[in-house]
Order: sequence, then structure tokens, then C-alpha cells
Amino acid sequence: MAEKLIRVIVAKPGLDGHDRGAKVVARALRDAGFEVIYTGLRQTPEQIAEAALSEDVDVVALSLLSGAHATLFPRVIELLKERGMDNVLVIGGGVIPEGDIPDLKAAGVQAVFTPGTPTSKIVEFINEHVKK
Amino acid sequence: MANESLQAKLAAYEEKVAEMYAKRPERPNLKHNKLYTPLDVEGFDYERDLGIPGEYPYTRGVQPTMYRGRLWTMRMYAGFATAEESNQRYRYLIENGATGLSCAFDLPTQIGYDSDDPMSAGEVGKVGVAIDTLADMEILFDQINLGEVSTSMTINAPASVLLAMYIAVAEKQGVPASALRGTIQNDILKEYAARGTYIFPPKPSMRLITNIFEYCSQNVPKWNTISISGYHIREAGSTASQEIAFTIADGIAYIEAALKAGLNIDDFAPRLSFFWNAHNNVLEEVAKFRASRRLWARILKERFGAKKPKSMMLRVHTQTAGSMLTAQQPDNNIVRVALQTAAAVMGGTQSLHTNSRDEALALPTTESVQIALRTQQIVAYESGLADVVDPLGGSYYVEAMTDQIEKEAEEYIRKIDEMGGAVVAIEKGYIQKEIQESAYQWQMEVESGERVIVGVNKFQVEEKPVEGLLKVDASVGEFQSKKLAKVKAERDQEAVKKTLEALREGAKDETVNLMPLILDAVRVYASLGEICNVLRDVFGEYQAHATV
Repeated sequence: MAEKLIRVIVAKPGLDGHDRGAKVVARALRDAGFEVIYTGLRQTPEQIAEAALSEDVDVVALSLLSGAHATLFPRVIELLKERGMDNVLVIGGGVIPEGDIPDLKAAGVQAVFTPGTPTSKIVEFINEHVKK
Repeated sequence: MANESLQAKLAAYEEKVAEMYAKRPERPNLKHNKLYTPLDVEGFDYERDLGIPGEYPYTRGVQPTMYRGRLWTMRMYAGFATAEESNQRYRYLIENGATGLSCAFDLPTQIGYDSDDPMSAGEVGKVGVAIDTLADMEILFDQINLGEVSTSMTINAPASVLLAMYIAVAEKQGVPASALRGTIQNDILKEYAARGTYIFPPKPSMRLITNIFEYCSQNVPKWNTISISGYHIREAGSTASQEIAFTIADGIAYIEAALKAGLNIDDFAPRLSFFWNAHNNVLEEVAKFRASRRLWARILKERFGAKKPKSMMLRVHTQTAGSMLTAQQPDNNIVRVALQTAAAVMGGTQSLHTNSRDEALALPTTESVQIALRTQQIVAYESGLADVVDPLGGSYYVEAMTDQIEKEAEEYIRKIDEMGGAVVAIEKGYIQKEIQESAYQWQMEVESGERVIVGVNKFQVEEKPVEGLLKVDASVGEFQSKKLAKVKAERDQEAVKKTLEALREGAKDETVNLMPLILDAVRVYASLGEICNVLRDVFGEYQAHATV
């Protein structure tokens, strides 16, 4: 029986329009064999949670460079939990100072991939941490 | 004859080099040829291809003496949190030698949302200053005489509103619109293609842009009505040729829209300006700047029949490439920015913003921004690069690269023309796809090690997190919301209602220039969100297609 592929949604919460990283990551994850949905820009946390649910994803990858991560990442996680998506792996990336990462992790973001991280590291992390 | 002798010598040289490479290959991923000679610029005609600076085709520069007469404007992009704090930063920059202002607005402002809008949650003041009403704008320029400065505002979809606010603040200072100098970015096409702060669909957006061209040509003649931008296209991952090609294609689209709206080319073209990236490859960047000037001049003259020299001049503001700066070993970024500055200066920019060392981490601290400003000043006063017009002119390499980049850009522009122009190319996703391809290729080169980034994939060290970064407090959102509520409580509600109604009616009629109506609304303290919501109702909102 064919193994179910890992499904990832790459999302841009909030108003931030920088999508170079999100698109590169989405493509790299696709090349690595995951099924990837890219939401495009201007997603509210509600839209992301809904899409994650309807796409039945294993991973929610949030990209944000506008500094609003402290508000929006935890909000996405809250909404995922409300929809019973407790086992979804939530990861983040963008312009996120090291000092902000502990709070994000406490809120449920399992890893934050900051500028300079090779995409291979993200692939590795997903493979190791997705609960199947 | 001379060529035959040179060709023979070069052939022998290549044989010798081949033997060397057999023992020890070249370093990997080297883009250009190793050596450029007269053979690479055969057919070069100085007067046709370069000419005199300040004269067609402007390859060597748009001003006759370039920086010998006056240095480029040192214009540092700044703004964060509240108008109060940003005003302080602007005055700090002026005190430290900045010669022009450049306003960074937060995302809610750029996308036409007030600070109290649910869409603004977490975003207020984070990437720029929050401006909700004229009251904020008055604070932003407190103790700054708008008759004495030139101000660039990085605002696109709601550019008309911010320009109206600027004019209104100047009025209160006793400065007439006719005296105002500055720029609004006002380049919606690149928002769709690369930057993302769009509001309305293309057609009404182009209408707003041509309204601004027309209004300013009559009322604000010293104002640059648009900054046709390649910076963001490059930051999104494009190559140098793509940067100028896609931008110039956008420029062509704006010109065609303005001509269609009945404007005369020579009435608005002189006030079109551009915005380039100053990237890492110093000499390629210089060639890119030169190619862009020659290309634009020819297009304005031959394609659009412009007669005024000023219509053909590509005047440009430049920003050093933020995406090339690293979170790792951030002080190295000071060096990167210095090299990028050298590129911009040798390229002949009219205006320059230099990024700070903390670019990959946060908005700049005052210490970091001071170093960035000093970088420009050191290049200006100590390096000699500002003392000669187009110093690299005549270099076999730079002339060959100028030709090559121009050719590559022309090819992209031709393709886009065949599709029906930039608007169609963006709707089809062509420009976005090209950018993405280049971005992905670049990333793969980095990950394979083919492309070295010092401190990131080579020469890494163990590092502690950087301390003392600028932080925009979460309470800014609340502060702004309270301020806005106060303005709303104290203003003439009836007047606001009237002006918004008039705006709504005007928006429905394509023949109406909306600038005077927006000015009316702004003067009575209608908020940015209120004004944009009226326009959203009438114009609709742009629906982006997510493609990877």
C-alpha cells in the first residue's frame, strides 16, 4: 500500500507581502516529496485554520516578515486547536528575532526557521516530527 | 589587422589557461567571462552609445557634472510606531546629514486600513509609521518645514490619500503645493507582481495613478508622481536584467494609460522617476544602471515621440539590497552596504538609501542607522568615486555588460509587449513566475555551496542572539486607536460625511479626477480607512491568485 504523503500548507498570515521565502520553501518542500498548498498573501488566522482543516494537512508553515508574528502565530494555533487539529505540526519562518522564539514555542510553534536556514533543514525537521 | 593580432594572442592565452585549468579548475559559479578586451565591444560608437553626460542617450548620467555639482540625495527610509517617534527619527537623520526624507508607513496604512481595523491586529507601527488621519501627518512633520525639504513617501495603493495629507500639512505651514518637492512611489503594478500591498483591481488603480499625474502636472509641478520600482522585483529574486526589464515594462504601461487618458507625453513624463536596487555584484550593477538609462531614453524618444529632454531622462532613487544582508554576523552587513553604495554611486543614482546592519533582524536602531548614513558620507567625501562622471565608462567589461543587460532587458520587454503589456503579463503570472524561477535557482546555488554567503554557508561562527534590537511595542495599536477615536470625536462629522459622499460619486465617474475630492476629505480629518473603504465599495478589491 502506498504511503500517504505528508501534506503541508504554507501560509502568509496578516498583511505582509514578502513571499519570496514562502514560495521558495513551498517549492523545496514539493521537490522533497511533500504535498504542498500555498495560500498566497493576506490570510487571516481564520482563513489559515479553515484551509488547514479542509486540506487535512500535517504541517502548517507560517511565513511572516512584518513583525506581527507574536500576535498572529499564536492566534493561528488557537484556531487550529478549536478545530481539533492538535496534532498538526506548526512551524514558522521570516524576520523573527531570536528573543521572540521562546514565546512562540510556548504558544505551540515547534520550530522557527530564521534567515539563512537551508530548506533542507526544514525538510529534515518535518520528516522527523510529523506525527503519522 | 589589429584585431587579428589580438585574436591570435587571445587564442594562445586561452590555450595556456586551458592547461592551467587542467591542473586546477576555476572557482565555481563564475558568471561572466574572465577577461574583456576591445573584441568584446566591437562596433562601439562613443557618441551613439554613451554620448555626453546630461545629453541623450544619458548612458553616462542624467546631469552634466553629476556629483561634482551636487552629491546624490542621502535619503534614509525611516518610520516606525507612532508619528511622534518617527518625527524624532526624521529630525535625528537631518541633524546627522541626511539631505532628503523618506517615509516608511506601516502595513495597515499601506493597505488602507485604520489602526483600529480588525485587519490591522498586530501590525500597527511594525514596519513603518501608522497614519490614520491628517492629525498623524501633522505630527509626523512637526518642526520640519515642507517648503525646505524633499520627501519621498513609500505608498502605493493609497498614494493619493497620503499625497493629499502632505499637501494639507503644507497648507497649514503656509507652503503652497506648487513649492512642494518629493515623490510618491505610486507604482501599483509591482505591488501585484512582487510587493503585495495592493487594494483595488488594476483598472481603477491605473485611473488613480493617471489622476495623480494630471493633478500634479497642474498643481504640484515639482513632485515626482511615481517611482517606478525595480527594487522589490529584485528583492523578490529576479536577475539584474529582469529587474530593469519588468520595471520598464511597467513604465510603458503607465505611459500608455496616461496617453489613453488624454495626457500629453511631455506633460507628465518629466516627473516619472525610478527606483533601482544596488545589489552585490558591483560592476554588473553599474552596467545595469547605465543600460537602464540608455534603454529608457530610446523608448521615450522612439516609441513615444517625447520631445522634451527631461521626458527622456531616467532619474533614479536607489536602495542597497536588503535581501543580501544576513542575520548571521550582522556587522558584516556594514561592509556589504559599503560595496553596494559604491555600485550605486558609480552607477549614477540621484538619491540613495543605505540599509542598516540589523536589516535581517529588525528595524534599525539609531546607532545602526547612523553607520548606514556615514557609509554614504564616507563614499561621498573620502573615496573619490563621486569626483568623476561615470568613472567606469570605457571599461571593456562595463561597456560589454551594459550592452548585454540592455539586450536581455529588451528581449523581456518584447515578450511582454507580445503578451499585451505589463498588466496582461502580470495577470497571466508571467512576471511572477520568472521572478520565482530566479529566486529558486539562487537558493539552490546557496544550498549547494556554489554561491557563497559569508557567515551563512561558509565562515560560520557560534553566535549569541543580538541584543538591543529595535522593538515596536504591541501597545502602539491601542495608542493609535485611542488617538483616532479622539480625532473622530472632535471633527466635523457632517463635513466628513459630505466629502465621503462626494468622493463616492466621483469614484463612480471615470472622467472625474479624484485628487481634489480626496483633498477635501483629508482636510476635514476623514480617516485613511474611511476614504479607502469608500473606494473599496466602488472599485472592489484585487483578487490575487496564489501560484507556486
